[in-house]
Amino acid sequence: MISWANFVSQLFNGLALGALLALISSGLTIIYGALGVLNLAHGAMFMLGGYAGYVAYSYTGSFVVAVITGALFLFIVGVVLERVVIRHFYKRPPEDQLLVTFGLAICFVETVRFFFESLSKTVPPPKIFAGITNLGFMFYPTYRLAVVGIVAVALLALFLMLYKTRLGLIVRAGIEDSVMVDSLGLNVDRVFMVVFGIGAMAAGFAGIVNAPVVSLAPDMGEAILVQTFVVVVIGGVGSFPGAILGGLIAGEIISLTSMVNPGYSYVMLFAAMTLVLVLRPHGLLGVRGRE
Amino acid sequence: MSGRLPSAAPDPGTQNASSPAPVRTPARRGPTWRFKAEILTAIGLVAAPFVLPLLGAAPDTVNRILVWGLFGIGFDILFGYTGLLSFGQSALYGTGGMVAAYLLTRAGFPHVVTALFIGMIVATAVGYLVGLIALRRTGIYFAMITVAIAEVFYFAEFNPLSAWTGGENGLPGVPTPSFNLGFTTFKFHTGWSLYPFMAFWYFIGIVIALRIVRSPVGAVLRAIRENPLRAAAVGHSIHGYKLAAFVIAAAYAGFAGGLLGVMQGFMPPDAFMFDTSGQLVIQTAIGGIGTLFGPLLGAAVWLFLQDFLQATLKLGATWKLVLGLIFVLLVCFLRNGIIGGVRDLVAYLRHRATGEAEAEAAPAFSDEAFDEDKPAAAKHTVATHATRSRAREFKGPILKATALTKRYGGIVANEDIDFSVDAGELRGIIGPNGAGKSTFFKMLTCEVAPTSGRIEFEGRDITGMDVTEVCQLGLTKSYQVNQLFNKLTVRENITIAALADLRGPFKLDMLRTVSRIPGLEEQVQHTLELVNLVGRRDAPVSQLAYGEKRRLEVGLALASSPTLLLLDEPLAGMSPQERVETVKLLKSIRQGRTMIVIDHDMDALFELAERITVLQEGRVLVEGTPDEIKGNAKVQEAYLGGVHEAIAP
Repeated sequence: MISWANFVSQLFNGLALGALLALISSGLTIIYGALGVLNLAHGAMFMLGGYAGYVAYSYTGSFVVAVITGALFLFIVGVVLERVVIRHFYKRPPEDQLLVTFGLAICFVETVRFFFESLSKTVPPPKIFAGITNLGFMFYPTYRLAVVGIVAVALLALFLMLYKTRLGLIVRAGIEDSVMVDSLGLNVDRVFMVVFGIGAMAAGFAGIVNAPVVSLAPDMGEAILVQTFVVVVIGGVGSFPGAILGGLIAGEIISLTSMVNPGYSYVMLFAAMTLVLVLRPHGLLGVRGRE
Repeated sequence: MSGRLPSAAPDPGTQNASSPAPVRTPARRGPTWRFKAEILTAIGLVAAPFVLPLLGAAPDTVNRILVWGLFGIGFDILFGYTGLLSFGQSALYGTGGMVAAYLLTRAGFPHVVTALFIGMIVATAVGYLVGLIALRRTGIYFAMITVAIAEVFYFAEFNPLSAWTGGENGLPGVPTPSFNLGFTTFKFHTGWSLYPFMAFWYFIGIVIALRIVRSPVGAVLRAIRENPLRAAAVGHSIHGYKLAAFVIAAAYAGFAGGLLGVMQGFMPPDAFMFDTSGQLVIQTAIGGIGTLFGPLLGAAVWLFLQDFLQATLKLGATWKLVLGLIFVLLVCFLRNGIIGGVRDLVAYLRHRATGEAEAEAAPAFSDEAFDEDKPAAAKHTVATHATRSRAREFKGPILKATALTKRYGGIVANEDIDFSVDAGELRGIIGPNGAGKSTFFKMLTCEVAPTSGRIEFEGRDITGMDVTEVCQLGLTKSYQVNQLFNKLTVRENITIAALADLRGPFKLDMLRTVSRIPGLEEQVQHTLELVNLVGRRDAPVSQLAYGEKRRLEVGLALASSPTLLLLDEPLAGMSPQERVETVKLLKSIRQGRTMIVIDHDMDALFELAERITVLQEGRVLVEGTPDEIKGNAKVQEAYLGGVHEAIAP
């Protein structure tokens, strides 16, 4: 039975999921846009962020510390990874980049499985966001509302970074025309390192913020990665606004379809992606730059 | 390189470096040599059940390796040969397996092999539809879309279709095959008794795949992997070929999926999982990409390591972490997998042995072929071929552009260009940097669509066509920046262009050998003679000197027998000596065709061309004979006034 309250609550669920997908996809898309690397380990980084936060939480009991740890840890992982592995792959064919990041994803997942086994872990929401909120016409878990707010703040920070800083200018220029940026004599080497770190951090931050909603499991990143791909294809690769729009669309499709029949949520998501590919092959807000 | 063997035989490619003797092709080697891979595979498959148990291999593991190996053959054609990395093969593997298993269990279908084929056909049909969607984009988009599609199949199997597929339980009770021959019945059970059945299908699979990769289709697939842009520009309809590769991979996946159910007596739902696609990718990369046997070897390594790490080293679930690390290291340091690594090592050792002999034997440039009279014979054969294949002789303006304009946003690259070239003419185009010459050429060959205007070729409106269609009509160009098939040899490069001319834009002659195509060998040989690369025909592009690459670039355009050939800066970056040679080349190839040449070398153009068109700031500044252009005040103004280039006196 689909009631009005049920519908609105699914709409909110979709918003929360969509916001998360938007954040993760932004990370994926700026890495791809600036570096030309499609990071197949992005889902695993989302998962790593959750576990890093979980560890911090189990030692300190503070959700804030957990979130900061999850984000920072992934920033470090991203930077180290870029220095040690990824940067050797800029000049190699894109297929090699897919292969190596796919291998890294396996290593991440299996490392976490080694330390935490396959049992799922949970992080409770912080006290102020615990419980449920009365919206007047319905009750809704407070933390899910908070997720939308937290993610919106993170997206705003990303937006400011991309559109108001020198670094962001270089990243956006790189998305438009990477050859030109290379030839301008900018120190793209360090920019790439930071961009990869920030992209990874976006995934890690989303991972720990999502931890009170969905319990942690080592292979949770896989489904997220697939959804992220759909988001990016719908929104347009390399487009930050596209990632946000695509994320919200995907979140609502998954959520609203689940209300009718969860089994069809992926089929609908896929149908939406196909529709976009047929009508606008470069995505809703995509540019023709990178291919 | 000092440790070479003085007695080493010279590299076969250098034996008749500058002699015009007819070329021996590999296909003329004896049948035993030609079918070496097939024969060795047969021997290996027959020997396996006697040898492998000595190494401690369980029959189920061996059968499983064969299923992965067969699955991987199709994937290797898709990824290794065509360059399309799909992470969604599980969808087709699962589909083929589920259909076959459903027929054999719930539908009570009696015949195993027929069920396997039906499963394969369904997977092929599904692959066609999936391919239509996934191939709308290339590169990483293709990978992302295949991942997403595979995930849909996984969920469809678990929920909406669980009534047919058994959902998370899969389909148990898949029977093993038996053949009633009237007087006796062959029954295959499990383990080694099932092995001959598996080995038979693997063998069939590898024989067909070897034929495909040796066919013209295989050559075009490799060309697409190396340089899709050029493959399309020499006249191949690459979308069709990519789809064909995808469908071939789907057929192999579907059949292998069916075999999985038969082997296990149970069709598992996890065939649909992302892990299945991932494992296939990893195994192929471990064994060797683009080798056909890589997936089999990779699967063997994977499954043996899994057993070894789990059972012998007692690592438990950590085995996958170890394999993941091995895989990452392999991608970093041994890109071509085990087979590729061994091949590189052999090539390196052989190169050490013959390296210097080759360096001495291969002349940097042989003048012989460019003597004005000597290549006349070759010249005329190619010229006649060009006209014969087109079967028409065009008179009057072969190319006519009217009011051609191209804008990129607010920037006007070309504006209102009227341009006409007569058949048989050699036209030069000059203009300062940024005059819009290359954009103009791209519009003429339909690489970019004009914003407005109209282009006619041989009286036919070609304005809306694509580069492939136009090349098939006989209009093509050589590129300003070399667009070659880098990992292929000179001969293979030329062959690919000639194939488009001889076979048309799309033809699925997958079981035919390349060398059996009538006229191909002559056309390739003539083109090689024209561009003076006969002695380098077996060298991979990466080993060519810059001038040789430049000539090959022109050769690719020539091999498609164009009636109108556009050359974008054929002399760029050449030494004075190379320029002289290339001008000779251009003179020798203008027989029987019309040419338009862009270059900055005015001396050369004034010597070559009958008429010159000067472009400036996207417009035609003036047009005339070389003498008129030399004396033209506006031209001198354009060059001396704005830009740093001096006009030749």
